Amino acid sequence: MSTERFPRGKTAIVGTATFGCGAAPGYSSMELAHQASVMALAAAGLKPADVDGLFVAITDDALSGLTFAETLGIHPRFLDNNRTGGSSFQVHAMLAALALDAGLCDVALIAYGSNQRSSTGKLVQASRPSPWESAYKPLRPISSYALAAARHMHQYGTTKEQLGAVAVAARQWAQLNPEAFSREPLTLADYMSARLVADPFGVRDCCLVTDGAAAVVMTRADRARDLCRRPAYLLAGAQATTHREIASMADLTVTGLAEAGPRAYAQAGVSANDIDVVQLYDAFTINPILFLEDLGFCAKGEGGGFVEGGRIAPGGTLAVNTNGGGLSCVHPGMYGLFTIVEAVRQLSGDAGDRQVADAKLAIAQGNGGELSHEALLILGTEETL
Amino acid sequence: MAEGAITMNPEREYFEHLAAGRFMIQRSRSTGGHVFYPRVAEPGTGATDLEWVEASGRGTVYSTTVIRQKAPTPNYNLALIDLAEGPRLMSRVEGIAPEAVKIGMAVNAKLVAENEQTLVVFEPL
Repeated sequence: MSTERFPRGKTAIVGTATFGCGAAPGYSSMELAHQASVMALAAAGLKPADVDGLFVAITDDALSGLTFAETLGIHPRFLDNNRTGGSSFQVHAMLAALALDAGLCDVALIAYGSNQRSSTGKLVQASRPSPWESAYKPLRPISSYALAAARHMHQYGTTKEQLGAVAVAARQWAQLNPEAFSREPLTLADYMSARLVADPFGVRDCCLVTDGAAAVVMTRADRARDLCRRPAYLLAGAQATTHREIASMADLTVTGLAEAGPRAYAQAGVSANDIDVVQLYDAFTINPILFLEDLGFCAKGEGGGFVEGGRIAPGGTLAVNTNGGGLSCVHPGMYGLFTIVEAVRQLSGDAGDRQVADAKLAIAQGNGGELSHEALLILGTEETL
Repeated sequence: MAEGAITMNPEREYFEHLAAGRFMIQRSRSTGGHVFYPRVAEPGTGATDLEWVEASGRGTVYSTTVIRQKAPTPNYNLALIDLAEGPRLMSRVEGIAPEAVKIGMAVNAKLVAENEQTLVVFEPL
């Protein structure tokens, strides 16, 4: 395999915004994304006409990149509509870094919005039904992740209480975040008594169904300091695709992050020990357990024990999903862009009551499909360049 | 489209076999590798000499869940089964309570008619 020459530290995120997180009745998905985009651009002193690199993956429009550009008056030199599921935005940021570094664009905008809560109340399903699996009535995506959790429990003795520790930690972070949708207290006893959906998962193992939009603006590093008080530099980006449907996942306890994580660390020249803040795509409680293992924060099989005892909750040893995550903050169909926004807020010192002191290195991870596509960015402050 | 015939239209032929009461999977003549779900080439090698062979029907539960329903609709099982030939597929285990299906359980395939189609499901050995 060739050496990966990611343009480490050559680009930076100079503006971020979220809009309509929770319930935003009356808005279309595109309108939500546009609102967040205008706000993110304004944060960097920019306007839509300044954008010449555009990255959009709005689920309810297959040509959403074109629609987005037209409506906001953007004439991109570089447009990408790539979609890998909830991890699409990590891929967008990687492509944006490559395009910016190569001079193919100067100002890149990554945007997403969804009104799924207000429009349908259900998770948006934008993919075809499987001819091989539909007849067995899988409750996708929940049952696919439940099968992974069941296998992890069988193989490593992971317990329902350990899954619960993930849900409780997410809620405790959410209580520190005014933007979070679910902020009422959640105890382990509440979690354990929640209605079962697909064993071992109950309703508290599953992410929220909310509206929401996010946007991120990127430029080359030499311009970043003029636009932003504290840019978040992109040090690494890596992805791995392992399958599409859960039956084709070789080992339900090992995700593509086991490949992508080491590649990203090598690009950035850092290791898991150096990371201050970790934003993981917690569509379900098993996800952070699998991802912490695969990213090297603990050994394979030890993720259940790792998340116990408040270790990933506020005041714990590792700050994970400091906004409250998809479980308690926001999950509008695809969550990956929100992990990037929260990582940047932590690195910029803008995270309010949930601010992690001296956060210099952050992971923003995305997950697509049914543990099918995994991607991560490593972001750092100026000191890490 | 007899046993041993090279696959031409994998998806259509698979369901035609099923409708005729045969659970068939593919095997590459050159590599010997078994393939499920049906497709035009063996994944990885790209071998297109895939012929239909009858599945042994023997399998092991790789993972299992219970899809919970509002009463009185009964809960049902959803499982991933590793076939003795190697490939894994999604199915369900019948004949025991959905909660009683366990990872590692030896199971055997049977064909059932449901919603005007033939389905491969599994029973404990």
